[in-house]
Amino acid sequence: MTLSSFSHGSNNINFRLEAREVSKAFGRRIICRDIRVTVSSGESLAVVGPNGSGKSTFVKMLAGLIRPDSGTIQYRAGDQTFKPEEWHQHLSMVSPELALYEELTGYENLEFAGEVLGLGRGRSDLDELLDEIGLHGRGADFVAAYSSGMKQRLKFALAFLKEPQVLLLDEPTVTLDDDGVARVWSALAKRRLALVIATNDSNEAARAQRRIVMGVSSNA
Amino acid sequence: MLMAAIKIAAVVLLTGVTIAAFLTAPPLGGMQAGGDASRLFYFHVPMAQVSFVSFMVAAVFSVLYLRTRRPDHDMMATVAAELGLLFSIVALITGSLWAKQAWGAYWNWDPRQLFLFALVLFYGAFFALRQATPNLDTRRRVSAVYLVFGGAISPFLFFVLPRLYRSLHEDANQVVTSTQSTMSPLVGTIFGFSSVGFLLLYIWLFKLGVAAERIEQDAGHRTV
Amino acid sequence: MRKAWAVLRKDVRAEYRTRYAVNALFLFALVTLTALSFATGGAALTPLLAAVFYWVILFFSVFASLAQTFVKESETKTEILLKLNAPDDAVFFGKWTFNLLLVILLNIVLTPLFIVMLNIQLSEWGVWISTLLLGGIGLVSTTTLLGALIAAANVRGALFSVLAFPVLLPLLVTAIRVSELCLGGSAEISRVDAYLVLGSYAAVSTTAAWLLFPFVWRD
Repeated sequence: MTLSSFSHGSNNINFRLEAREVSKAFGRRIICRDIRVTVSSGESLAVVGPNGSGKSTFVKMLAGLIRPDSGTIQYRAGDQTFKPEEWHQHLSMVSPELALYEELTGYENLEFAGEVLGLGRGRSDLDELLDEIGLHGRGADFVAAYSSGMKQRLKFALAFLKEPQVLLLDEPTVTLDDDGVARVWSALAKRRLALVIATNDSNEAARAQRRIVMGVSSNA
Repeated sequence: MLMAAIKIAAVVLLTGVTIAAFLTAPPLGGMQAGGDASRLFYFHVPMAQVSFVSFMVAAVFSVLYLRTRRPDHDMMATVAAELGLLFSIVALITGSLWAKQAWGAYWNWDPRQLFLFALVLFYGAFFALRQATPNLDTRRRVSAVYLVFGGAISPFLFFVLPRLYRSLHEDANQVVTSTQSTMSPLVGTIFGFSSVGFLLLYIWLFKLGVAAERIEQDAGHRTV
Repeated sequence: MRKAWAVLRKDVRAEYRTRYAVNALFLFALVTLTALSFATGGAALTPLLAAVFYWVILFFSVFASLAQTFVKESETKTEILLKLNAPDDAVFFGKWTFNLLLVILLNIVLTPLFIVMLNIQLSEWGVWISTLLLGGIGLVSTTTLLGALIAAANVRGALFSVLAFPVLLPLLVTAIRVSELCLGGSAEISRVDAYLVLGSYAAVSTTAAWLLFPFVWRD
């Protein structure tokens, strides 16, 4: 059973993110120790904590961008498990550290992601996405000309392009206006995902069912 | 007590070789050129051999590191690289001294000299890379990759290039690479002992290096 | 692979719009060639010197620009987008092909200029072109891997030359010698041997770079 045979919306298969005994330190600075977390489809988790407490690092580990010192992070679909790097077809991340190609247009960024993921998304699909997050008619503009709020919206479009099972968000609504925020939450509500939100914003954090707190001094 | 045996053997062999090198006649064959300086043959060539062996050892530990991510493996690769650098520098110097006596110039654009010099440059680049990378995990990973890549390329330097050229080492090629048939048995024996002796010395130094690194790490002085 | 093709097209399109790497590449080559041309002042170069000049210009132009293809992704932080969506092989071969195209383009421009500005006689075009091609592949494979390496290590670009030179030495030496033949020189090297060396270097460096790339690209 290959990854691509898990189609979106197959609600009978349970997707789950599992982090077990995850520890990470940069030199003497301990980011986290023995974190154990599980997030299933339809569930949401907030990662909160003061600035510099390692929220972004934790999210990046979940995305497979940083390797934990010990412990495992895996994605479970049905009875199969995958490492984050093997899971990129179904995993999306929206983060300040993820940049778009400024020399390309909005359409071209989306098309590139689609091609490289092996998805066959046509222009009408892209238009639907752009409309949903409020970038109607702006697809042909260069990203360099976008405002920061527009760029953030495009990042969401990029994230939803692959119809992910798991969505990792790092400070998702910081640059968005009210309209943008509303669109994002309704887009999330429409989809059944496993959601992780790293944030300083208590409103955002309140939207999640559960939370973990980073930077608490249980670090020895 | 293998280590003890190795240490004793190394000392005995190398002492014997040194004595023999100076008491016996200078090696014959194409290396008669250089007279007494050609005695360096007993030291220069084994050291060049060891520097290449060290490269391979470092590359192996680097591969291990990439698979296991254990800092120990990276540490051992680094120790091997340090020793490799040491041996190649000394080999380069002894080779140059010999060349000066035998052929009139320290540096002759000879492929084997070039290889040793390239080896020194490579190790230098390796350490420069480590120095320049602040993040520990990145440093280990990145220098391991560089070492493995260099290891993949090294046969070109060591084997291929000398074959391609007529060189000062031409005579050496005939003597050393095409079995020791043109060397007199005595020279061959001394050379053989020297090769083994230096190899054992290398193993000894390697163990010392690793032990020293472990002590430094325990003392918290270094996160290599 | 279609995905590598997508990476390549993206890079070509972005490059076409900004001309970032291309400018650096051609400008560097042109400036160096001009400086050399002035320095020799029309005096005839020996075949060996001419061969050396050509390959040194080629190498250092590549160092000055191609090393940046990965650094640029790192600086602009678009690398996360790539890592999250594209398979490692696609990224490597897409970038590799892009670099190779640039090198081929550079050679196409550089060779005629070289002949004209330095008053060179070039016989044996077939050998010259094959050498540029085979040597170019080895050069590109090494450059692509090491470029990704310095981007991952976040070190200064100057380190690139330090890292690349020892590894590229066998390639450089062989290529210069064979090129010398094409320029009328009398290097003691057989063409067949040279092709073997350049060809196997190309094969080994490309395979090693491809296999090692994921370790550099991912934590």
